[in-house]
Amino acid sequence: MIFDFAAQGAQMILVLALAPLLLGFTRKAKARLLRRRGPSIIQPYRDLLRLMRKDVVLADNASWLFRSAPYLVFAATWVAAALVPTFATGLMFSWSADLIVITALLGSARFFLALAGMDVGTSFGGIGSSRETMFASLAEPAMIMIVFVVALIAGSTQLSEIAFHMLSHIELRVSYGLALIGLVIVAIAENGRIPVDNPATHLELTMVHEAMALEYSGRHLAVIELAAALKLLLYISLIACIFAPWGLAPHGADFRAMTFGVFAFVLKLAVGGSLLALFEISTAKMRVFRVPDFLGAALMLGLLGTLLLFVSRSL
Amino acid sequence: MGTLAFDIAHLLAGGLVLTSFMLLYQDRMTGLINIFTLHAVVLSLSVAWQAYSQHSPHLFLTAAIAVVFKAVIIPVSLRRIMVRLRIHRDIEVVGGVGVTMLLGICLVALSLVVMLPATAAADPLAREDLAFALSVVLLGLLMMVTRRNAISQVIGFMSLENGLILAATGAKGMPLVVEISVAFSVLIAFIVIGIFLFRIRERFDTVDVQELDRARGGRR
Amino acid sequence: MNIPALEAADALLIIPALSALVLALLSGYRLTAYINLISSGAAFLFAGVLLFDRPTAGNYLFVDDLNVVFVVLSTFIGFTTSVYSASYIGHEIATGKLKPAHVRFYHAMYQSMMFAMNLALLANNIGLMWVAIEFATLTTVLMVGIYRTPEALEAAWKYFILGSVGIALALFGTILVYMAAEPVLGEGYDAMVWTSLMQYAAAFSPRLLNVAFVFLMLGYGTKVGLVPMHAWLPDAHAEGPTPISAVLSGLLLNVALYAVLRFKMLLAANAAAIAPGPLMITLGLVSLIFAGFMLYRRDDIKRLFAYSSIEHMGIITFAFGMGGPLANFAGLLHMTMHSLTKSAIFFAVGHIAQVKGTQKIANIRGLTESHPVLGWGLVAGVMAIAGLPPFGVFMSEFLVVSSTFARQPLLAIPLAFGLLVAFGALLLRVIGMAFGEPSDSIGEVEASVVPLFFHLALVLLMGIWLEPHVAVWFQNVAGLLG
Repeated sequence: MIFDFAAQGAQMILVLALAPLLLGFTRKAKARLLRRRGPSIIQPYRDLLRLMRKDVVLADNASWLFRSAPYLVFAATWVAAALVPTFATGLMFSWSADLIVITALLGSARFFLALAGMDVGTSFGGIGSSRETMFASLAEPAMIMIVFVVALIAGSTQLSEIAFHMLSHIELRVSYGLALIGLVIVAIAENGRIPVDNPATHLELTMVHEAMALEYSGRHLAVIELAAALKLLLYISLIACIFAPWGLAPHGADFRAMTFGVFAFVLKLAVGGSLLALFEISTAKMRVFRVPDFLGAALMLGLLGTLLLFVSRSL
Repeated sequence: MGTLAFDIAHLLAGGLVLTSFMLLYQDRMTGLINIFTLHAVVLSLSVAWQAYSQHSPHLFLTAAIAVVFKAVIIPVSLRRIMVRLRIHRDIEVVGGVGVTMLLGICLVALSLVVMLPATAAADPLAREDLAFALSVVLLGLLMMVTRRNAISQVIGFMSLENGLILAATGAKGMPLVVEISVAFSVLIAFIVIGIFLFRIRERFDTVDVQELDRARGGRR
Repeated sequence: MNIPALEAADALLIIPALSALVLALLSGYRLTAYINLISSGAAFLFAGVLLFDRPTAGNYLFVDDLNVVFVVLSTFIGFTTSVYSASYIGHEIATGKLKPAHVRFYHAMYQSMMFAMNLALLANNIGLMWVAIEFATLTTVLMVGIYRTPEALEAAWKYFILGSVGIALALFGTILVYMAAEPVLGEGYDAMVWTSLMQYAAAFSPRLLNVAFVFLMLGYGTKVGLVPMHAWLPDAHAEGPTPISAVLSGLLLNVALYAVLRFKMLLAANAAAIAPGPLMITLGLVSLIFAGFMLYRRDDIKRLFAYSSIEHMGIITFAFGMGGPLANFAGLLHMTMHSLTKSAIFFAVGHIAQVKGTQKIANIRGLTESHPVLGWGLVAGVMAIAGLPPFGVFMSEFLVVSSTFARQPLLAIPLAFGLLVAFGALLLRVIGMAFGEPSDSIGEVEASVVPLFFHLALVLLMGIWLEPHVAVWFQNVAGLLG
């Protein structure tokens, strides 16, 4: 009982602790690939601490929503990230770790952030919120279709069961491939990475997430940045859990299996981060009005995967 | 062997449908020709796999014909025609890409709904091949309807033929007469297409079929 | 006796094939025209032999009551058209509208087309029939584009694309029929042979046959010219040379209809499959009414009669869809009459285009005064095709309407309505063209008018007195069609 609590708590702390590290690692990998030295891997921690110590500067007309949105966003994202099985399946709260729940949590986080972006009434915030909502209107259906595909194969939307199913039935399915590509596209769009948005710049042309968070400062900004890092970690661990679940400690395993699971998880994060960095430097950012085409491709892939599955199920 | 054979056939047939969607989505001529080459390659792989799993060696010949004609000769010739006729490289589409894609998905769903119950008695490989083949045929038809450029209509028609070849190989034991006829029709069609494209270009300076329509003018 | 008859069926294929090869190598116009004429005549003679002596059904070719009708009709019209074409195209070359280089392969293509059509009619194998129809389509595409004007190229391109799509759908239907037959008849050629298919049709999966029939109806229906797949027909008829318009209307549409009929018989033999009738009735009625209305606003004479072809194919499809001995008989009779009359009309139209130098109806007036033979020939032809007695078309239309009244009285209303609409349009047009002040002409009638009047005489004869043998023969076929 204590052990279960400890394991679940460890997962929650783990994702929180590793999120800035993942961000720093990705930045470092990108810089190295571009033959720069790049910032140190622990730079994001330093940034967060610096931001925590600073004063908050609020606009006069900021409402209670503006002040509480960062915490709401952070809370929703942390819960979602903590639910995804990282090093073990069948943890204490894993019964609630449902793909639909995670999509809904991320959706509510996005909702509050978009509202906060519009709250102060600046134009940059408005741009960011409208772009974010436009991307979301395509990314969410694509995500749902991908969830359908995965759920049809595994027989459940619960992540532990999906991972277990994937571990026990290794088969060559074109629908898996389509779902993987679709999920990668959705992940890139949701996290605002190249080619959808450039996370490193603060230019009007390229801002989506940054535009919504432009008015924040001090600890609010630190919390929002941490939430963004958690979101990236969530998507990578989601992809790893569904499509590469090897190394996950099964339900009721002992401490050694869990430690092994943690190592496997860190390895998967490293691989994911490097692949992301590689992808980001090899493509340019696309124009905003082409992003719907990009996300539409993810939706089509999801729909096609579902149709193909229906075919093989009714044969 | 049973399920692996099925899975690979499923993969290749599904890949063919996916490539048909990619054809619908192209907006540049060179991209279109490249994706068509991919389409032909996936088709020949699928036919070759059928040849292997159905133990009918004459289908290997069909696969070879498909690869040589449609993946090599026709794309090369189309590129040459493009260069020589100086056809501009953008393709005009009727209706937006999004609408076309959604229509494509509806057509795929329709063909599945029609074909799967109808072929209830046949074996799974044949059923799946026929359902996907009809999807590819309907997607080729959609492409012909939504394009205004004569070359892209021809490519749409050839992708339709690819769907038919898939259907013919899915139907077990369909005799050689179909393969010869399909190859023969490709040959003749290409000759006809070649002659017409040159003549159309001569007369019109363009192969945009809307321009061709205007030639009708007030004729009723 | 078996042996001469077997040779007759083969001869129907060998003669055109050989002539096509020979004609492709020669190049003088007059020589090739003569050879064309002679081979078409020989083919018709062998078709006549088939009337009396049938070979046993082989794996590839077979002759039964149904296709004998089509074969005889087809070779007859092929022959008379070759007579017409010889003088007509010769005149076109003489006046410079066609260059000799363009006409080089014309006769070779003509014979190839006759070969393909004979093969399609005689084939005992559904795949072989499909190949033959595809080949016929391709040869006619090339011939439609022979004038090389922008309009001709557009018409040929449209015909090519639409015809190929139709053929592709028909191939899919054929594959489905094979899939239905394969569990019963085994893999390979056996499952594609008509005679075996008809024997075992009741054992096929009905759902598969239903889907197959829809595709076959749409695919071959495109080639029959049924609305809404008719878009290629007016252009191809208008822009191609007149002999080809006559052949398209009189022959190719019939061959496609033959394919539809065969599959209709197949479906009718399976009790659990859907009745093919209603679909054919619907398409037929839609074609009839649509074409009837379209007749009013045509200003090109060839297009006018092209729509009239669509209308009549609609009537024929409707009649075959109704089914039953009377309606089938009426359909067969109408098909024969229509082929003869429509080709006669196109012969007349060709003459008109040559003497007036235009195809626009507004510019063609007073034919009975300037060219009386031609003018009255046109009037007779239009009277025939509009369904006036005593011509044969009146008899067949009357039979169709009366059989509809007897079986489905409600359907007789749109049928009669469509017929009246078309009648009105044709009468209106012909009065303008034949009577009144003559418009300018550019010459006299140079091409032979014999085929025109020969056809019209046949139609008149069959309207007044249907030869008993022919009547019995049609009745047998009507019974076969079910």
